[in-house]
Amino acid sequence: MIPTAFDYEVAESPQHALELLGSREDAKLLAGGHSLIPLLKLRFARPSLLVDLGRIDGLSYVRDAGEWLAIGAMTRYKTLREDPLVQENCPIVSHTAGLIGDAQVRHRGTIGGSLAHGDPASDLPAVMVALGAELTIVSATGERTVPASEFFRGVFETAVGEGELLTEVRVPKLGSWTGWSYRKFTRRAQDWATVGVAAIVRRENGGVDEARVALTNMGATPLRATATEQALVAGEDDPALKIADGTDPPTDTQASAEFRAHLARVIGRRSIEEALDR
Amino acid sequence: MATTETRTRARVVGTPVPRKEDRKLVTGNGQFIDNINLTGQVWLTVVRSPYAHARIVRVGLDAARKLEGVVAAFSGAELAADWAGSLPCAWPVTEEIRMPPHYPLAFDKARHVGDGVAVVVAETRAIAKDAAELVEVEYEPLAAVADVAQALDPGAPLVHDDLGTNECYVWKLEAGEVEQAFADAAHTLKRRYRQQRVVPAAMEPRGALAQELPGTGELTLWTSTQIPHVARLTLAGVVGVPEARLRVIAPDVGGGFGSKLDVYAEEALCLALARRLKRPVKWIEERSEAFGATIHGRDVVQEIELAATAEGKITAVRVHLTAAMGAYLQLITPGIPLLGAWVYAGCYGVSAYSLECTGVFTHTTPTDACRGAGRPEATYAIERAVDALAAELGIDSVELRRRNFITEFPATIASGLTIDSGDYNASLDRALELLDLDALRAEQAERRVRGDVEQLGIGLATYVEMCGLAPSGVLGAIRYVAGGWDAATIRCLPSGTVQVLTGTSPHGQGHETSWSQIAADELGYEVDEIEVLHGDTTVSPLGMDTYGSRSLAVGGIALHQAAQKIIAKARTLAAHQLDVGEDELEYDLGTFSAGEKAVTIKELAFAAWSAHNLPAGMEPGLEATAVYDPPNFSWPGGAHAAVVEIDTETGDTRLLRYVAVDDVGKVVNPTIVDGQIHGGVAHGIAQALFEEVVYDDDGTPLNASFAGYLVPSAAELPTFELDRTETASPTNPLGVKGVGETGAIASPAAVMNAVADALAPFGVTDIDMPATPERVWRAIQEARP
Repeated sequence: MIPTAFDYEVAESPQHALELLGSREDAKLLAGGHSLIPLLKLRFARPSLLVDLGRIDGLSYVRDAGEWLAIGAMTRYKTLREDPLVQENCPIVSHTAGLIGDAQVRHRGTIGGSLAHGDPASDLPAVMVALGAELTIVSATGERTVPASEFFRGVFETAVGEGELLTEVRVPKLGSWTGWSYRKFTRRAQDWATVGVAAIVRRENGGVDEARVALTNMGATPLRATATEQALVAGEDDPALKIADGTDPPTDTQASAEFRAHLARVIGRRSIEEALDR
Repeated sequence: MATTETRTRARVVGTPVPRKEDRKLVTGNGQFIDNINLTGQVWLTVVRSPYAHARIVRVGLDAARKLEGVVAAFSGAELAADWAGSLPCAWPVTEEIRMPPHYPLAFDKARHVGDGVAVVVAETRAIAKDAAELVEVEYEPLAAVADVAQALDPGAPLVHDDLGTNECYVWKLEAGEVEQAFADAAHTLKRRYRQQRVVPAAMEPRGALAQELPGTGELTLWTSTQIPHVARLTLAGVVGVPEARLRVIAPDVGGGFGSKLDVYAEEALCLALARRLKRPVKWIEERSEAFGATIHGRDVVQEIELAATAEGKITAVRVHLTAAMGAYLQLITPGIPLLGAWVYAGCYGVSAYSLECTGVFTHTTPTDACRGAGRPEATYAIERAVDALAAELGIDSVELRRRNFITEFPATIASGLTIDSGDYNASLDRALELLDLDALRAEQAERRVRGDVEQLGIGLATYVEMCGLAPSGVLGAIRYVAGGWDAATIRCLPSGTVQVLTGTSPHGQGHETSWSQIAADELGYEVDEIEVLHGDTTVSPLGMDTYGSRSLAVGGIALHQAAQKIIAKARTLAAHQLDVGEDELEYDLGTFSAGEKAVTIKELAFAAWSAHNLPAGMEPGLEATAVYDPPNFSWPGGAHAAVVEIDTETGDTRLLRYVAVDDVGKVVNPTIVDGQIHGGVAHGIAQALFEEVVYDDDGTPLNASFAGYLVPSAAELPTFELDRTETASPTNPLGVKGVGETGAIASPAAVMNAVADALAPFGVTDIDMPATPERVWRAIQEARP
């Protein structure tokens, strides 16, 4: 409950944040805090400096970028939930943002904070993987773009390296012919997902032209369910039967790995059906 | 006396007077233990064992002591001389009970994860926490046993080596011809149930602040407790100070649910260290610390057998319990299973009854009272068994209950106690009416025929429970150290207000409001003119504090009795002042009148204070104390019903409806009563569906945080549908019974009967609590042919 001592600085711009971040080896970025602050209180995280990104106005936005929406990393869940551009062009993101935590969490938590934290039980990572989102990472030496499929590296581990800052998330606009769903299984309304399934389908001539299915909390990172995607496109019965193939779900007091695999199949089937109906 | 105003207002007992406590609490102005700070105070942190069982080889304190801001650091061995006695256990349930010593810090072995092995005292809480990390404890980890069902296995690691066994006690109760009844029975049934270990999880963690008054050596302890009086008595013995020189204050207390019906190591540590260091010492429990350091509840394996006629008349009940004590005996650890031991036949009349309970030590946090304490366990076992019996006999479970209800009161039950009053059919009738059972059964049948993924289950629990433990003589007979009485003082102040001093110690129950209502009606004051003082051993009359749904049925009656003493004295004074005979006086709502003449208690309070014109021999002042020892327990009862919807593919179980019809006798404040039932029902639902402390084989808890230990929120609960039937208790003048635990007592059985009902068509014959999605799913898988 009592963290170790740390210093606190407010970043005024992304550049300032990078400078502050570079000033200490163990500095941590604060981008909402709903994951970081519990870790501090439990003394699992022991940074000597917290760099607060919360007051950088320039990192909170949703912009129309042609085929894409550009979302500032410090855009809060509440904004994602309510922003008309997101609702119209990428409703899976606004829908999923509305499922995270409770109203208080959604007022604080940010898309960039969630993605950069790399928690396999978080909802947005799987949605980003399913969407094929692109993430912009800046450092003192420049800027690079990483596809969501390469962004998540392990439990609490992402492509954001030391001295780097995630600044923008780009998600593709979904056409009207695209069905989508994100469903998660939780014990309590506000819990992390026991498992979650994001499904995006492009339909053509009564069939499925392209399918992207991604899983929450079925491994160390969000995972694509490629066997299920292929089964969907091939028009097989119950493509979700293959959804846990190649996954490595954790066992904890909420669910065993075996039960998670079962849940993924059930939730996956429902998610796919919903996507096909939408 | 000419200005006497005649009271015309309606009585307030029985009305939903808004809680007097709430303005302060909801505006954030409560004074909880962590709001209290003393000049010069230092902070205590306890270094705790990460092992369930380990020999303490060495405690290295040098690095901690060197940290700037650290005042002192001690190992358990270094503090051993500070203890005049062991931490108290006030319920040695048998003569042969094994009671191992339990000191505030372990010095030979750690016996559960969270067992305190050293302390650090520092200028700030953060420094104390930093320093605690610098304490180097060398442990020799040993094999542990955390599972109650394995504690007595041959070769199980011993919790206390010198006892030579993990058996703490065997307690037996037998009445009637049990063997014969089973031999004669047309039908018998045996079931094994598991009461999982739960965490009481009060919103406010524990905390303590101790101060030695300079020059006098008198000690004051502020502590987040349900039992300031009992804490004073027992802690005086632990730290070796005369009881009269220890003052214990329970400030605002944010819930207890039994977990603060206890006397803890940290309270003794704060006292001893304040005395050693000559500075106030404060300790505030961290939530993650609480999972190991504050008592747990339940953790009992139950075997229940019923003997019945072919018509479903239950003739005998036989019960075997194996109950986890945990690593040590806390205040009433051994007695918790006994609080249900007389009521395993529920509200059913049987002629033969036996119960045997074996208490066992395990390498776990000690168990003790958790809302309902023994009675949720008893109700669960009998109510689930009754449903199972109904199914086996092919008798409707409602009908089977009715065939067995006790209907004549007072009723001496087979276990030997006497239920004062009740009407179980009335509660059941009302619950079924609210439920609309026929419509629900029709919908359930449709879903079953259609093979819906989401299936309905409907569960009932009818119950009777014994609370307000009393009379004292009976408590003595069952070897409970304390009595069952309580006390109240009424002090009518000269300016027209009243102080009520109560021996109960509310921590969320609203005694300030309910006690004000009782005094207001008896003495004719407004609720706002009455101030209820409690929770301070220097202010309150010596009482027995608040637990076991006792406060209204014991302390509330003491208050009523004190009011009668006030009225009696006031009557004598009124007659004197009005110059009439006492028997000419009418008394109603604070006013004595005789024809045109009248005087109020308020006016008499001033007259008694000024003492200018008192009858010969009358003492000045209008103040009275009464101590009340009830003639019997309080016996609330009722009928609860749950409707669950189970997603049979995921095992997810959601409560659609919850109906509770309780008979808690006369009601003083319906809002408060509803609130108690809401909280209790939520607590029991939590046990049925969500909560369970899970240990691994090494005795390490795997879910010791609110991320893993699932306390449900409002979002997981339906709107409760409450109603009441009312059978006044004949044993007290207000006709009241206890209400604090009824919800938690009835609801686990109702919910689990609903879960079992939903799963029956799948061939599932039983399922344990909590009915987690995975457990439900596996039950369905395993039952499938």
